[in-house]
Amino acid sequence: MTRRDFLAALGGGITVLLVEDDIFAQESGRGGARQVSQEVSAWLHIGEDGVVKAYTGKVEVGQNARTSLTAAVAEELRVPVGSVQFVMGDTDQTPYDGGTVGSSTSPRMFPQIRNAAATAREMLVDVAARKWGVDRAAVAIANGKATAGSRSAGFGELTQGQKLVQTIPANAAVTPAAQWKVAGTSVPKVAGREIVTGAHKYPFDIARPGMLHAKVLYPPQFGAKLASLDKSAAEAMPGVKVVRETLTSPRAGFGAEVVGVVAPDADTAAKALAALRAEWTPETGESSSKDVFAYFKQNASGLATNGGLTAYTIAYIAHVPLEPRAAVAEWSGGKLTVWTGTQRPFGVRSELAEQFKISEENVRVAMPDTGSGYGGKHNGDAAMEAAIFAKAVGQPVKRNWTREEEMTWAYYRPGALIEVGGKANPDGSIAGWEQHNYNGGPSALNTPYNVKGAREQVHQTKTPLRQGSYRCLAGTGNNFARECYMDELAHSVNLDPLEFRLRNASNDDRLVAVIQAAAEKFGWKNRKKAAGRGFGMSAGFEKGGHVATFAEVDVAAGAVKVVRVVEAFECGAVINPEHLRNQIEGAVAMGLGGALYERIDFAGGKIATNRLSRYRVPRFADMPAIESVLVDRRDLPPAGAGECPIMGVAPAVANAIFDATGQRVRSLPMLPLGGGAGAV
Amino acid sequence: MPNIKELDVNGTRRRIDADPDRMLLSVLRDDLELTGTKYGCGEGQCAACTVLLDGQPVKSCITRVGSAAGKRVLTIEGLAPAGQLHPVQQAFLNADAMQCGWCTPGMILGAVALLKATPNPTEAQIVSGMNGHICRCGTYPRIVRAIQAAAGKGGAA
Repeated sequence: MTRRDFLAALGGGITVLLVEDDIFAQESGRGGARQVSQEVSAWLHIGEDGVVKAYTGKVEVGQNARTSLTAAVAEELRVPVGSVQFVMGDTDQTPYDGGTVGSSTSPRMFPQIRNAAATAREMLVDVAARKWGVDRAAVAIANGKATAGSRSAGFGELTQGQKLVQTIPANAAVTPAAQWKVAGTSVPKVAGREIVTGAHKYPFDIARPGMLHAKVLYPPQFGAKLASLDKSAAEAMPGVKVVRETLTSPRAGFGAEVVGVVAPDADTAAKALAALRAEWTPETGESSSKDVFAYFKQNASGLATNGGLTAYTIAYIAHVPLEPRAAVAEWSGGKLTVWTGTQRPFGVRSELAEQFKISEENVRVAMPDTGSGYGGKHNGDAAMEAAIFAKAVGQPVKRNWTREEEMTWAYYRPGALIEVGGKANPDGSIAGWEQHNYNGGPSALNTPYNVKGAREQVHQTKTPLRQGSYRCLAGTGNNFARECYMDELAHSVNLDPLEFRLRNASNDDRLVAVIQAAAEKFGWKNRKKAAGRGFGMSAGFEKGGHVATFAEVDVAAGAVKVVRVVEAFECGAVINPEHLRNQIEGAVAMGLGGALYERIDFAGGKIATNRLSRYRVPRFADMPAIESVLVDRRDLPPAGAGECPIMGVAPAVANAIFDATGQRVRSLPMLPLGGGAGAV
Repeated sequence: MPNIKELDVNGTRRRIDADPDRMLLSVLRDDLELTGTKYGCGEGQCAACTVLLDGQPVKSCITRVGSAAGKRVLTIEGLAPAGQLHPVQQAFLNADAMQCGWCTPGMILGAVALLKATPNPTEAQIVSGMNGHICRCGTYPRIVRAIQAAAGKGGAA
């Protein structure tokens, strides 16, 4: 078959463009709605050698999107997982994408890839049927081959490496979840071997020929302005250049001025940075971690709340991705290429194009699989710095952030004041409900329980710190406040917390299902009270997922040990059971940090908790026994699992602490009990 | 002290020219391009930078290269030199004991050293032995299971 025949057989490609709306939350940078191609060739290519290449603007940060999307291709094209190569998050190669945010990969990209691959499979059937002069129904596709009777051909032989020109139909012939053979199974992590051998190149590890290293001079506090700069000592060092540039979009707390040094190696760059003599005009720095909750309320918009509400406080916390921000930038003939770790490569491309006043076609942002994000890598701070320096010195420049920089100059999960009110009727129904969130945001704010006339409101206010997205965003705080208050209501009418929730969850079968599944696994009905031992639960709904969490704690002399956590989660059809369990368990582990220890302490525009020796994250010894329960709904489309499972553990633990001690804990983090910054 | 001119890394003598006060992590990553060893904090708090020095785990972000001279340095790149995964590496894959993988090389080398010293560790010994390592993705229970599995399969080798 010639190329002309192949294209003719497939018909002309009519390009249908769908508008993808961006999912933005707070510090999500710029971008906007874009049109996304529905041509098969934008998503898939089959080489002459039969190698399947797939393309997505989504990125891999440890959530195993690379594996789940690869499984989608393998499933629909009937090829082994190992024969699929996925190109992810490269603005020159992949279709536009608004970002790997909001747990959107499974509900949106997974079906997109399934549809593209199923369409490609049907095209292969067409080509084979035509090639052999047989009926379509006689052609079977399996194991990377088309067969009809005694005839057989590999995909490469059929396509001869040609572009797959066809529009993906709305009713693509996807394999129903009930018949999945690859999707729905625990496909091992793609590229896991590169990780355990140290071979994988993360953004931090990228090197380019002739590459120099940059360091940035940050202000001593948020908002301080550079008054004078003596760069003579730094510039006297061999190979060192000092760069001073202006950002077209100033960064919160940092300002518009970028000052830094470029040197042949990282150690020299650090020495040159230390040799810069800068004077700063100080800034008072509004608020501190001690009084920030009152500050939120003083500066809030929206209607005044009724009196008599119960206040919960949520500290600012840091994402602490173990790989800090990193980028390498290289200019070539007016075109900029940046390798960086970001959840929004296309958003970073826009930021860079705007800064340098060049078209987006002249900017390529490529994202190697990155050392985590948790919602903390939405923007292009490191990419911007690297690109500015690379342009100034005319050579490739690497800009890797330190831990202190990551914990000071990135952005935080917003702190929040949450006020809740309502009461329970003697029969266990809920008489009224209101919940107000100051500064945190709307995630998981709406109650999933049967409440008529619930009043739920986000109050915009001022933030003293740069804040942005986070795993499950404000859901971590809103679900905490609601589920703790639900526990109080249950006790107010002498109902078991499980029974109280089930009575009020009858509108949501999926919520009831996870609550019952977790309660059974936990053994809630048979729990045994003992001195210092407590049991608690929570439930909730967010980002398409339903979660129920049960916790057992030991409290002795104010020290809290979480002994056991059982979490049931339902996110529609399960794409990869083992990876889903890993997400749930990991979310419980990370959630324990925000629940118990993590808090950014700040005053006068300075961050006190700017290093791992000053900011406690969960470790091996903090781990309870964690058990996950998967509620697999093959009849429902998949939802994401990276976020919702984190929000169950804090309220379950707080309610367990009450069970053990009779003491209500209404601040995150909870430790030390009775202390912290919680009081308003 | 004069510059360090040679380092024994993964069984090979490598030529370097490094101020002895520089950190081993920087020399491995920047001079020798062994980027499997990861930076996490720069203050020995997370152990992502763990390498073995004469078989003992050290945090290379706070270890001066001068103190590594004349000793055998093992990085993650040297753990499976012939392509055959070390039992601990294989156990991490089998247990899906990672998400983003940034902590994994240091975690694996820490586990190799732990099993060398304690070939059949209890769970409590694994937890206390590995507690200096941070996995921000929270795969700790899986890492414990991986080390337990490797212990039964010659992981101490």
